[in-house]
Amino acid sequence: MSNPQQLRYTKEHEWLSATDENGVATVGITEFAANALGDVVYAQLPAVGDTITAGETCGELESTKSVSDLFAPVSGEVVEANQDVVDDPSLVNSAPFEGGWLFKVKITDEPADLLTADAYTEFAG
Amino acid sequence: MTDAPRRTPLDALHRALGATMTDFAGWDMPLRYGSERDEHVAVRTRAGLFDLSHMGEITLTGPQAGEALDFALVGHISALAVGRARYTMICREDGGILDDLIVYRLGEQEYMVVANASNAQVVLDALTERAAGFDAAVRDDRENYALIAVQGPASPGILKAVTDADLDGLKYYAGLPGTVAGVSALIARTGYTGEDGFELFVAPGDAEKLWQALTEAGAEAGLVACGLSCRDTLRLEAGMPLYGHELTTATTPFDAGLGRVVKFDKPGDFVGRAALEAAAERAAQQPPRKLVGLVATGRRVPRAGYPVVAGGAVIGEVTSGAPSPTLAKPIAIAYVDAEHATPGTEGVAVDIRGSHEPYEVVALPFYKRAR
Repeated sequence: MSNPQQLRYTKEHEWLSATDENGVATVGITEFAANALGDVVYAQLPAVGDTITAGETCGELESTKSVSDLFAPVSGEVVEANQDVVDDPSLVNSAPFEGGWLFKVKITDEPADLLTADAYTEFAG
Repeated sequence: MTDAPRRTPLDALHRALGATMTDFAGWDMPLRYGSERDEHVAVRTRAGLFDLSHMGEITLTGPQAGEALDFALVGHISALAVGRARYTMICREDGGILDDLIVYRLGEQEYMVVANASNAQVVLDALTERAAGFDAAVRDDRENYALIAVQGPASPGILKAVTDADLDGLKYYAGLPGTVAGVSALIARTGYTGEDGFELFVAPGDAEKLWQALTEAGAEAGLVACGLSCRDTLRLEAGMPLYGHELTTATTPFDAGLGRVVKFDKPGDFVGRAALEAAAERAAQQPPRKLVGLVATGRRVPRAGYPVVAGGAVIGEVTSGAPSPTLAKPIAIAYVDAEHATPGTEGVAVDIRGSHEPYEVVALPFYKRAR
């Protein structure tokens, strides 16, 4: 699998896009994480308007065998949650870097230790 | 003793297929090859191929092998006809379940006991000890068998393509020796999926050849390799208990609603008889908790150990839970207080990490195949 170069990553296996002109970035989980989870059957995403804090849980993903917390990769305000994923959580498995994105956040603060694609690839092994 | 997980004779094949592996009862086993949901659906609608070589085979032979098993287990094993199999349990003196088992009668004086991987050593030790007073020998056959299962409605057709054995004459819970894809096998019509299917016990060195032959024979019918993840959701839908979840040393067969496996009317004493008679009476008079099915109205998935609640009080505990591919809803098996155990009971919820999610109480199983 390959992790897109233009994204940044966390050690909790989330990815973060570059911010747009409004300071909004898209968040998802990596293909590595999606494969490790197995079939995702339920996604509880943060609601629009929620304030999230980097490193804290902001939702959960349920798969056949387990439930995993979703960690906020950055701090900010949630401006959109992906309704397509709520309706069809398997998108997280089939297109983790594209249609399976989870939410968009207007960033107020971001941790200094976000990983580049190469560093994440090395980390995830 | 080493801590490294054991590998089945099919290990290299699983890796070549890209399986996600998991440590299960000390074995490195395939969890899934691709999507576990797709594997589940394949078994319900077509066929699936499983490596179950972690299961523990123990053989009893001798003039009193049947009597030894009648004493050691709760079932009336010596009454089995040659070529038939029986689901049974081995209990402690206090009635607690040590394991659930399938016993195959292979000959007049030969029986094969198949134990769960996690309990195989415990069962071997108990059988060895309990058979000591009988003219019977207990043999550890764990290293002598690989076990491959082909399960699903298309499985008879697939197996027929690679064997001349009389499969039509092979009833559910029966087994016969035969040749499959050129290798000697014990062909058993048993399984743990709620579907028609077969379990093939073969020499470890023959496992790969058999697996490949079944893969080829099943390709057209849509057979896929299946991991333990879908095996768990398949058995859960079929309402079949799993040791360590529904069955433990703290439960008796009667607690688990499986009192029918205990045969009090068989000749002679057996380990656990007195305690099990008391447990049977308790279950009939005032059952403590009963095993029920729960079906979600929402989408959050209950997991083993989650509390079952009603009216703000804890009334039970989930023993197994998963999203059901067939029902397209989360389901669970749970022990609940008898007063909340009647199907249709309202106001029952599962405490899913602090949030009380409503669940409907239903009778088990969740799924029964059309025959």
